[in-house]
Formats: sequence, C-alpha cells, structure tokens
Amino acid sequence: MCLAIPGQIKTFDKAKRYAMVAVAGVQRQVNVDLLRGESLSIGDWILIHVGFAMSKISAEQADEQMKLLEMLGEADEALDEVKGYSFGEDP
Amino acid sequence: MKFVDEFRDGHFIKKAAAEIERLADSSKQYRIMEVCGGHTHSIYRYGLKDLLPKNIDLVHGPGCPVCVLPMGRVDDGLTIARDSGAIFTAFGDMMRVPGSQGSPLEHKARGMDIRMVYSPLDALKLAEKNPDKEVFFFAIGFETTAPSTALTLMSAKELGIENFSVFSNHVTIIPALRAILDSPDMRIDGFIGPGHVSTVIGCRPYEFVAKDYNKPVVVSGFEPLDLMQSIIMILTQLNAKEAKVENQYGRVVPWDGNLAALRVLGEVMELRPYFEWRGLGFISQSALRLSRAYEKWDAEVKYGVPGVRVTDPKAAQCGEVLKGVLKPSECKLFGKECNPEHPIGALMVSSEGACAAQYQYGYMVEDLDILEDV
Repeated sequence: MCLAIPGQIKTFDKAKRYAMVAVAGVQRQVNVDLLRGESLSIGDWILIHVGFAMSKISAEQADEQMKLLEMLGEADEALDEVKGYSFGEDP
Repeated sequence: MKFVDEFRDGHFIKKAAAEIERLADSSKQYRIMEVCGGHTHSIYRYGLKDLLPKNIDLVHGPGCPVCVLPMGRVDDGLTIARDSGAIFTAFGDMMRVPGSQGSPLEHKARGMDIRMVYSPLDALKLAEKNPDKEVFFFAIGFETTAPSTALTLMSAKELGIENFSVFSNHVTIIPALRAILDSPDMRIDGFIGPGHVSTVIGCRPYEFVAKDYNKPVVVSGFEPLDLMQSIIMILTQLNAKEAKVENQYGRVVPWDGNLAALRVLGEVMELRPYFEWRGLGFISQSALRLSRAYEKWDAEVKYGVPGVRVTDPKAAQCGEVLKGVLKPSECKLFGKECNPEHPIGALMVSSEGACAAQYQYGYMVEDLDILEDV
C-alpha cells in the first residue's frame, strides 16, 4: 500500500477539493485537498494514494511510475483500486 | 521518455553495480537498511541483492504497516466491530492479517459484516448511505496514509456524519528508526529512507540519524536504479566518513514535505504516549490517535478498547525478521507452515512484507530480464 498510482486531472469540482482523474483509461474522482498549496490545473499529473492526491508530478514521472507498477506486478491491483473508489461522483 | 528508458536499461544498472563494487571496501561488512516495505518489494522483484558485492547486506526495515501491527490490535478491532454490530471496513492489505481468532476475511466467512474499502472516504460514504448502521474503519499506515484518514474525519465532522468511527493504528516512522538505532543487537551502517512517507514528512526529520548516530540516510525512489544510486550515495558518505541526509528522490519528495498534510495531521491527530510494535515492543510517541476535537469519531472512545495482548505463535520469528536480526528464510516456519496461502505472520501477507517478497521472488532471480543485460 506504499506505492502510489499516477493519474491525470480531467476536471475539478466547484470548490476544487475533488478532481476527476484518468488512470489508464479509467476515470474516478479523487480528493486533492492535500495539494492545496500547489497550483493544480487540468492536464496535470498527480500521484494518488487511497483516494487522495499526494504529490504533483511530471508526465515523465507518471509514465515511469506506471511502468514501475507493471514491473512490480501491481498495475492490475492499482487499477482495481481506482475502479473501486466509490466515494465520488460518476464521470 | 529517455529518463524512463534509462531506468530500465541494464547498462546503467551494470555501471551502478560496478561503482558499488569499487566503493565497497572488501575488508568491511556493510549493513544497509531499506526502511520502506515498498523498497523491500522492489529489491526482491528486481533481484538487486544479487547485483551487490557479498559484503553488502540489505536489511529489511519496519516500513510495512500491517507487519508491525501486533496481533492484539487486530483482535481488538474485530471484537469492537463484532460486539457493537458495526460494519467493519479496512484496506485490502488488512483483510488477511491474522488475529488470534482468525483474519478479518475469516471473520467475514463466519458471518460478520466486513467490507474491503480502497479509501477511508469509501468507508465514510458507506456510513452516509447507511445512517441506521455504525461504520467502523480500521485505519493503518504510516505518515503516507494518516493524512487521508485525517481529511476523511474532517469531512465526517463537516457533513455531520456521526455513525462513523476510526480505530487508529497509524504509526510514525521516526521513533521506530530511533528504536532500531538504540537496539543493542542492531548494527546498521546506513539507511535507505522511505520514499512516499517522505513526501509528507520531508527529509529534515531524519537529521537526528546523521547528527546523533553518525549514520547516512538517503531518501530513495523505488526504481532499481534509484535504489542502486542510493546505495552508492551511502557508500560515498561512509568512505568520506560523513553522515548526512540526502534526497535521491527529489523529483517527488520535497525537502520540507507536504505542509498542508502536516497541518491536517496536527489538527485531527495527536501522538500517543506509547504504542506496541510487533518485533520492536513498546515505543514511546510512535503512533497517532484522534485528538479530543475528534473523539466523537474515535472508536477507542466510542466503544472502549479491550486492550488484549496476544503473543505471536511461539515458533514464528516475525519479530526477529522485522528487526533485521533474521532473514525471512531463516525463520523456522518460512515456506513451510507459514506461506502466502496460509500466513501465520503478517510479514507473509502484504506484498511489502519481507517474507512475502522473499517467498515470491527469492527463488526466481535468474528469470529476471534485468539480469540478462548485466
């Protein structure tokens, strides 16, 4: 549960506390409150951990992180996790 | 994607391995601890141990949340949920962790309402959708995960959802490191610092390791080349008789951490006077409980804690493995009575557990593509 999942921001909610994020074709809402100190925009990449964005990263780092998850055999698990987030609104 | 490709390239790994060979003094024996379970997984998956000289020993640290959880806490959580009739929720990692009367999954098979969630927000949503039921969230994790629990509690307060409670088993890495450094049977020359915990706490909290104990700390990424580079940085410091904190994972870890996350933690949680860790015993100020402002959502206040202390099965040597005194395969039960299908200790459950990692990858390093290039 230490490894984080890379996702790209597609939209924000009104208060900018939640973002619709795409992870390998799957879209789910995640909480972005922990990055309130950062300037977040649509198209930015983030690392997601248990439904929360934990860091803003570059597109290269996102690609690298997804490949790492694949190599560690955790890519399916990561996708299941994102698909399993049930707290947000549907895309 | 040159950056990414370089990390996959056996050529760079080969160069890093040669540099480590050059830096390591063959007359010395080095013990380097990787603190984080994610690093342990990566080290086994990529067979990095086999790329290092024989006099460099990688020691697995305590950074696996379910592994350090004493069995009594698992029992306590299950007892509270069962006796109160609450819906028990937890992350997938927790589901197969053995308590003395079985794991959460086994309790589910016996009829308890136990549900796996992917986020604490899922557990809160469940409470919102089921106002006539109590929802109990068994919270685990280091500083990486604790801010998520804290923000979920802030949401519960904001939304006025009171049929939700958190059983906090959040732990903090720094006191555990100090306990390891103070342990008389431990000799560690340097530390590979955790990657994602450090995105929250930053690098400064490790400075005592360098200053008070004269040991290098290098916060590291999870790629094989990240880990190899971190070992090079540690050896370079040791050769120069230096001890400082360095950040190899600067592309993700800010030196000062995530201040918003630290503020949230400070508002919702507070340090416990002490907490029991499997293998390391009671460590003062090493875990987080809910602050008084959130006691309405604190399962320990709402229901009381049985506080059962359960000793690990006699033959299991989880404690010694967690402290790095024994390698997983040196435990008497490893691969026999204790295996991923029937785990006796939590280290055999999580992919971040040293025993599960060695069981899964320990005997197949020759199959790894990365070694073919070396």
